[in-house]
Amino acid sequence: MADTHSSAHGQSAVAEHEHSPYLRHHFDSMEQQFDSATLGMWVFLLTEIMFFGGMFGAYTVYRSLYPGAFASTSYYMNPAFGAMNTAVLIVSSLTMALAVRSARIGNQKLLQLFLILTMIFGAAFLVIKGFEYHEHWVDMKVPLIGHHWDYSEAPQFARQAQILFCFYFFMTGFHALHMVVGLGLMTTIFIMARKGTFSPSYFTPVEISGLYWHFVDIVWIFLFPLLYLIGRTKKLI
Amino acid sequence: MSTALQDPQITETPNYLNQEYGWKSWLFTKDHKRIAVLYIISITVMFFIGGIFASLIRIELLTPQGDLVNSDTYNKFFTMHGVVMVFFFLIPSIPATLGNFFLPMQIGAKDLAFPRINLLSWYIYIAGAAFALAAIVMGGVDTGWTFYTPFSSTYSNTFVITAAVGVFIAGFSSILTGLNFIVTVHKMRAPGMTWGRLPLFVWANYATSLIQVLGTPVVAITLALVGLERAFHIGIFDPAIGGDPILFQHMFWFYSHPAVYIMILPGMGVISELVTCFSRKGIFGYPFVAGSSLGIAIIGFLVWGHHMFVTGMSMYASLYFSLLTMLVAVPSAIKIFNWTATMFRGSISYETPMLYAFGFIGLFTIGGLTGLFLATLGVDVHVTDTYFVVAHFHYVMVGGMVLAYMGGMHFWWPKMTGRMYPEGWAKFAALLVFVGFNLTFFPQFITGYLGQPRRYHAYAPEFQVLNVMSTAGASVLAVGYIIPLIYFIYSLKYGPLAGPNPWKAKGLEWQTSSPPPTFNFETTPVVTEEAYAYAKESHVG
Repeated sequence: MADTHSSAHGQSAVAEHEHSPYLRHHFDSMEQQFDSATLGMWVFLLTEIMFFGGMFGAYTVYRSLYPGAFASTSYYMNPAFGAMNTAVLIVSSLTMALAVRSARIGNQKLLQLFLILTMIFGAAFLVIKGFEYHEHWVDMKVPLIGHHWDYSEAPQFARQAQILFCFYFFMTGFHALHMVVGLGLMTTIFIMARKGTFSPSYFTPVEISGLYWHFVDIVWIFLFPLLYLIGRTKKLI
Repeated sequence: MSTALQDPQITETPNYLNQEYGWKSWLFTKDHKRIAVLYIISITVMFFIGGIFASLIRIELLTPQGDLVNSDTYNKFFTMHGVVMVFFFLIPSIPATLGNFFLPMQIGAKDLAFPRINLLSWYIYIAGAAFALAAIVMGGVDTGWTFYTPFSSTYSNTFVITAAVGVFIAGFSSILTGLNFIVTVHKMRAPGMTWGRLPLFVWANYATSLIQVLGTPVVAITLALVGLERAFHIGIFDPAIGGDPILFQHMFWFYSHPAVYIMILPGMGVISELVTCFSRKGIFGYPFVAGSSLGIAIIGFLVWGHHMFVTGMSMYASLYFSLLTMLVAVPSAIKIFNWTATMFRGSISYETPMLYAFGFIGLFTIGGLTGLFLATLGVDVHVTDTYFVVAHFHYVMVGGMVLAYMGGMHFWWPKMTGRMYPEGWAKFAALLVFVGFNLTFFPQFITGYLGQPRRYHAYAPEFQVLNVMSTAGASVLAVGYIIPLIYFIYSLKYGPLAGPNPWKAKGLEWQTSSPPPTFNFETTPVVTEEAYAYAKESHVG
């Protein structure tokens, strides 16, 4: 660790004459700056794992307490929407990865194209999610605001099923919030890309925004089965 | 000591304080040293606000009857004392101030890895503090700093959401500081500054950062869930739909127990610096002191259940939490023993910072050992929610962290400001703090053991003598805090010039001028020796 670090200093002394305008004063080399930014994003994602982890942990507790009630809610979920959104996000991860690659090889046109595609898929996700929320509202499956709640088909689960729907709205809501932040990041990066900020020697913002985008996708990969597919094999009792 | 340096030219050397002037140069600064100063001012304000509530509590408890305020107001007093002191003073206390200032300097860096994120963390802290103060001004919160459900989510008629939002926001400032420290320690070390040469203050702050990064998000989501539950009148902790309020306690303490180590580890780091400097010896058993910081951080994540022994949690879970809690005592004891061994046959001098270090070692030992009483299941059932617990954690947090913070402030004050504080007054204040602290909190061990419950504004008449002692001690303690505030401000203008290294201390921060230049070092230092190489021949361990 220490050895690689001191060698990074050594290189910087040699490469001093090619001083990039994007090298901040307190770093010795672009490499050190890139590594720091990437490590910073990984540490941030660690905090995000713990943030969502709190909800996943609580979900696990309640699902083991009330397995029947949780399974019964699957009847009211729309796995077609969920599956579509999963596909949309996985494709957006691909376009994001391609955007990072384009930045790395310095292809500005492709970089902008893939960023636009990523944003389109991200927005599509949110639109589909909106349709789903609307469906739950019509179904009277929103226990939050004014108790918009009707579970008369399975009255024995009417109370505990609300917990799952609370999780559903909190978890997908926080996830959607992260998607919105991601779209904001993409917009910023797109504007930076239009201005020609990025080159093979400096594309740190693209790289770390990519890490964030993939993380938000992965959260959804866990949310989909845990919220939509608990009791699909069974009919509503 | 600095008469030879009373040269006006030296005060005019360019440094981080005189580089730029005006409020803009402070509010938009990206210099870790200036941000540390901003933090010092902010947390000092919060400390005195929290202190006012502590004084009100002690005045009410002067007599057994509830005569100053009614029970509802008293509930608000101790809640706001706890919220302000824990989240807005203790958690940022050393990392955001001394850590912010000296962690980069000790590893020979020009700044933290992310200066803008560092400034952002201060603004986030201020936003969080604004919400907390708004909750106080609007009428207060009465849930206790722990926000237990279902009282906080359903029944309390106070400004719970406002306060919870404040704590939620402030949490992100803590996360960003931790993130910045971790990346800085990994990526910004000067050539030759290997992991085995890091000053122990850096190790302690690194371990603290791990807790901040891993723990804080969990309390953030937990408080968010409570806030949502309160706003929508339904949520996952609501017993009416089968929710489990005890789950809230698990999630809360999953952060808030490790947070206790956020509130002590950086203090331990300061003590390692003080003990070595004023004993003029290398630290005894460097790898063990460094490793014990990580040990405390890791084991600290596995012990939260000891706050919940009487909630009806499974007996087997309680046994597990009891055992692991006792294990935390091992790395803590390693530190105490190694500091003592460091002092053994050292040339000890008794400057103010060292007095605080002595105070820390004694008081933290008492706080730590009474923690073992509380880890023991049978004893814990007897003293749960009594003043014994209050005394225990104040011995750790005030006797430990606040004393370490004061010691560190005195130790690094000449470096931060370029001026010496008045040594005589400082020694007097250190003595007042020590005496006042013990007089305040030692009687609480006794009243607690005899059964005085915490969080009540009235108590049985036979506890009055001990409570009067406690209130008298609190008054002495208050004077002990106000005196340094005065002489620190006084010394900014009238203190004798300190010179680069008034303590003849080791460590990179002492190799640059005082106050340090904006980029800390003229040239990036190259490290060739171990930390604390005070006198190599006397080094044993």
